[in-house]
Amino acid sequence: MSEASVVQVKTTPEDLLNLPEEKRRAAIEQKEMPIVLAHEVHKWYGNFHVLRGINMEVFKGEVIVIFGPSGSGKSTFIRTINRLEEYQKGKIIVDGIELSRDVRNIEKIRMETGMVFQQFNLFPHLTVMQNITLAPIHVRKWPKAKAEEVALQLLARVGIPDQADKYPGQLSGGQQQRVAIARALAMQPKIMLFDEPTSALDPEMIKEVLDVMIELAESGMTMLVVTHEMGFARAVADRMYFFDQGQIVESGTPEEIFTNPKEDRTKLFLSQILH
Amino acid sequence: MMNREVNKQYSSGEVLAPPTERYTVLGWLKKNLFSTWYYTLLTLVTLYVLYAVLKPTLFWALKQAEWEVVVVNLRLFMVGQYPADQIFRIWIALHLLAFTAGLAWAIWLPKARRIGAFLLLIPLGLAALPFISGFSRLNWILFDIFALAGWGLGIWKPKAMRRPLIWLLLAYFPILILLILGVEPILKIVKTNLWGGLLLTMLLAVVGITVSFPLGILLALGRQSKLPIVKGFSVLYIEIIRGVPLVTVLFMAQLMLPLFLPPQIKIDNVLRAMAGIILFAAAYMAENVRGGLQAIPKGQHEAAWALGLSGFQTMYYIILPQALRNVIPVIVGQFIALFKDTSLVAIVGLLDLLGIASTVLAQPEFIGHQREVYLFIALIYWVFSYAMSYASRRLEVALGVGER
Repeated sequence: MSEASVVQVKTTPEDLLNLPEEKRRAAIEQKEMPIVLAHEVHKWYGNFHVLRGINMEVFKGEVIVIFGPSGSGKSTFIRTINRLEEYQKGKIIVDGIELSRDVRNIEKIRMETGMVFQQFNLFPHLTVMQNITLAPIHVRKWPKAKAEEVALQLLARVGIPDQADKYPGQLSGGQQQRVAIARALAMQPKIMLFDEPTSALDPEMIKEVLDVMIELAESGMTMLVVTHEMGFARAVADRMYFFDQGQIVESGTPEEIFTNPKEDRTKLFLSQILH
Repeated sequence: MMNREVNKQYSSGEVLAPPTERYTVLGWLKKNLFSTWYYTLLTLVTLYVLYAVLKPTLFWALKQAEWEVVVVNLRLFMVGQYPADQIFRIWIALHLLAFTAGLAWAIWLPKARRIGAFLLLIPLGLAALPFISGFSRLNWILFDIFALAGWGLGIWKPKAMRRPLIWLLLAYFPILILLILGVEPILKIVKTNLWGGLLLTMLLAVVGITVSFPLGILLALGRQSKLPIVKGFSVLYIEIIRGVPLVTVLFMAQLMLPLFLPPQIKIDNVLRAMAGIILFAAAYMAENVRGGLQAIPKGQHEAAWALGLSGFQTMYYIILPQALRNVIPVIVGQFIALFKDTSLVAIVGLLDLLGIASTVLAQPEFIGHQREVYLFIALIYWVFSYAMSYASRRLEVALGVGER
């Protein structure tokens, strides 16, 4: 592990977990304490060391862009935050709750984090409306009428108010991804995770999805976005993290990263994707 | 010249209808059967083979065969030794079935009117058979009336009838058993050793299908479970049963089971055969369902989990509905196989359709009528198997909405 490359964070897990519940909530709310804290996270696939000591703190309302070459562990990392992937060493604390093997903690955290996938992963046997209202009705226990009302508002927000009764297979890729965003938002999460949300889209559909994401960022949502859309990063990111070989090589504001990258690997990668 | 015209139309940006091909009967014959000399030759040879096979068959079926054996024993074939004065109970069960089917047809397949009307002709055709009793005739007509009543109700109030229909389908099975078996003191108990013929075959198949289906789903889920004991038991069960022929399972149930149970406990023969069939079918069902489960992409699980759905909710709302829809053809295939496999209970001494056939053939006045009898029961098996296969294709179409 090269020492210089490991990004240090100020908060330790103990700082956060030792606070009493109410103070912790207030501190997260006041942006004194991070809403997502990753501390020395390691993960192995068999003998392959995928995540090699990731440290990251994200405060409420921040938009974080994670980028890097394929196989650098960026998707794996974002998927550890809602425990779609396990990790073997380190700590992740989301909204003051420590991710552990305890199923109840995992379900609590999943209720507070929405996720948007590269492949949309809409449920093909359910209509758009059913896709969006399923989790609010069965997890949040909302009455159906309330869930449907919220769903219609969200569909209007992502710009497809008239597709509620269609099935995902009848929509274009861009529309499907916007439904997926609405589905995640319907649970009213505090944090949104985006795992390469535009990589599977045809070029002319990328903008409609990015526009929705920009609007969401401007509304104050905490977002972690794995993407290579540098225009999006420049427009709304608070900080950017460059991942390579399971480590965070460099982090900084978009300004710092684009105009004055410090590490050679960052420079090389940026020169390859910004033609 | 031709080409240039086509190109001109294309470049003019017109939206064209696809080209249609229309044939007269003669045109079709010429194109498909007599277009070249070897097509013609093949057609003629095929026609001759058909003629050679069909002529004696039809000659036998219409002139030589003595169908009296079927006509005289019709009741035996249909219900075995079920007491004649209690047969009205079977009719009630059938009428209830007709009503339910009519309702289901109206709600789930409202557009398939023509096929529905065609199906209604079958009972009418049966009512018109010359050799059946007036009572049966009346009941076949009643059957259609009940089916139409159910259909009318479904068309009249499709939304409101959805829930009652589900309840009716769930309740039908227990009602059926109560009707056939009887409840003292309202209905006289009819012992299962009097059940026979098509009635017994249908009961074995229906019970086998209805019970093995949920059991098979549970086993399939058990096999995918992370809990080692549940998984181990499921794998062991499935692999043992799949390694043993159904006949063996039936023999085990008939002959071995009494050895393990205390002598006071006597389990009914039919019940034992049913249990054997259910346990056997469940293992195969489990493997079919597992195939469906494995075909669901991992992203579906992940999307459901990411939304906070529990493992059970993910299975129930997301994975199973998709997995089961994908394996409908396989499951129906298995149901058809199961329906035909019930004939194996004849070997352990039950008088199902096949078992009755051998008792009928033992009647002194009908010795040597194997061809008529076996052809008749083969026809019955075929009619029901084909009906199931046809219904499954309709079901696939009806459920195919929104498929990617």
